Amino acid sequence: MNTYPINIKPFGERAVLVEWPNKVSESILANILDFMDVFKELNIEGWEMSVAYNSLTMVYNQDHIDFEETKAMILDCHAKLDDSKIQRKQHLWTIPVCYDLEFGIDIEETAKTLNLSVGELIEQHTSHEYVVYGIGFLPGFMYLGGLPSSLEIPRRAEPRLRVTKGSVGLAGKQTGIYPQDSPGGWNIIGNCPVQLFNPKDKSPCFVKVGDKIRFESISKAEYNLHKIEGEVGIYKPEKVDLNA
Amino acid sequence: MLKVLKSGFYLTIQDLGRFGYRDIGVPISGAMDIASVKKANMLLENEENDAVLEITMTGPTLLFDAPTFICLSGAHILATLNNQPIDNHQVIKVDKGDILSYGRLERGFRGYLAIKGGFQNDKVLGSRSQFVPVTKTARLKDGDEVKYKETKSFKPILSEVKIEDHFEKDTLIVFKGPEFDLLSDTQLTEIFTKTYSLSKENNRMAYQIAELIKGHEHSMLTSGTLPGTVQLTPAGRMIILMKDGQTTGGYPRIFQLSEDSINVLAQKKSGESFRFKLS
Repeated sequence: MNTYPINIKPFGERAVLVEWPNKVSESILANILDFMDVFKELNIEGWEMSVAYNSLTMVYNQDHIDFEETKAMILDCHAKLDDSKIQRKQHLWTIPVCYDLEFGIDIEETAKTLNLSVGELIEQHTSHEYVVYGIGFLPGFMYLGGLPSSLEIPRRAEPRLRVTKGSVGLAGKQTGIYPQDSPGGWNIIGNCPVQLFNPKDKSPCFVKVGDKIRFESISKAEYNLHKIEGEVGIYKPEKVDLNA
Repeated sequence: MLKVLKSGFYLTIQDLGRFGYRDIGVPISGAMDIASVKKANMLLENEENDAVLEITMTGPTLLFDAPTFICLSGAHILATLNNQPIDNHQVIKVDKGDILSYGRLERGFRGYLAIKGGFQNDKVLGSRSQFVPVTKTARLKDGDEVKYKETKSFKPILSEVKIEDHFEKDTLIVFKGPEFDLLSDTQLTEIFTKTYSLSKENNRMAYQIAELIKGHEHSMLTSGTLPGTVQLTPAGRMIILMKDGQTTGGYPRIFQLSEDSINVLAQKKSGESFRFKLS
């Protein structure tokens, strides 16, 4: 596989930023995830790592760090990437979305702006697989890549003070789900009944960076059912193993 | 139980933070001024990470239903226990039925109330710090109760210390952030020769600087952010992320505050001024 060059920058007293080439690419993401696996094998407690697109933020939550020492350790792991053959568990998740006008408060206007019918918009939104390039901003918020260019639309001129939890939106090259009520400027086209962040779960966010997502259009009745199933803890979205 | 009779402006339970969940977007939270929390916990011979109450600007009125020992630290807010004045950095015995109340804010912005053994609200994802949606509530309201362990006797090694407060400082020490190199000479001169002040837009998530500097047109891919990250918006607004700040952001990260300077900044109120100094 490709190994990309990295650039390591200090980031305050206990963190470093590791940057890969400045692009949104699945093979770069795979490289970052490989690097993380190699680094984890060092078994040093206290390092937290979070991915966003082409960068990895590494924070040592135990103490201040020596930048040069940390950099050497990272370069060492990076050098091992070539010969490591890492098999990761990755999943393709099917995430249900109800595009009903009750939830998709901007769907008609968005479709109009994009020169599509509402049906075509839904068809296009649900016929692609999206890569999870990062989780951040809000607990459980996924940065998804792979939006077809036909669905690219600017943010709303005025952000809303409150976007409802579960809202599915479009903005620029991005699509995503608001995991909680939040202010936001995305164009809202539907709502997802699945809880993306649950602090009571052992793994509070079932999706991992590197996984894929596809959306599935559901009726209001199915939406209500999944919502109740979710509340009592018996609903889990459908998944298939990737690289199986 | 500690009963909150009146909560004041913004009262929360905090420890040193929630670690290990940054990768799913959970901010670390925890006390804004960790230096003050550590002092109070040290005097009570608590663990560093024991949970305290963080008091913002105006203090609460609190009723204790079991004997214990407390210590106040952080902002100087006039405080009385059963109408008798008490000071910061003293170990004070509290009996069942005692009432702690607060008056005028004299210096600083965030006060802390530490209790022997720490407050005992449930840990969620390894921390007692309040942050929605990890915890159900963002702060304590009138009538809420917080658990603590009864302590009848305790002989502190130090019952009182004179400690110099850090919040009179008006210099924030910054390190170069990942996008520091984007700053032009004009911007650098502006930043390091002028005095800046805290805008009204400030809370546990982020502090905005009132004065604008020259903006930029750089767009970047979303990347990691930390408490103390200074972001620069295209309009030239500096935004400093604090303890409940988001874990990723899309604005250039021009600086990273030193951890000591986060404690200093946490005690500033809107309108107060400071300078930046590059470490």
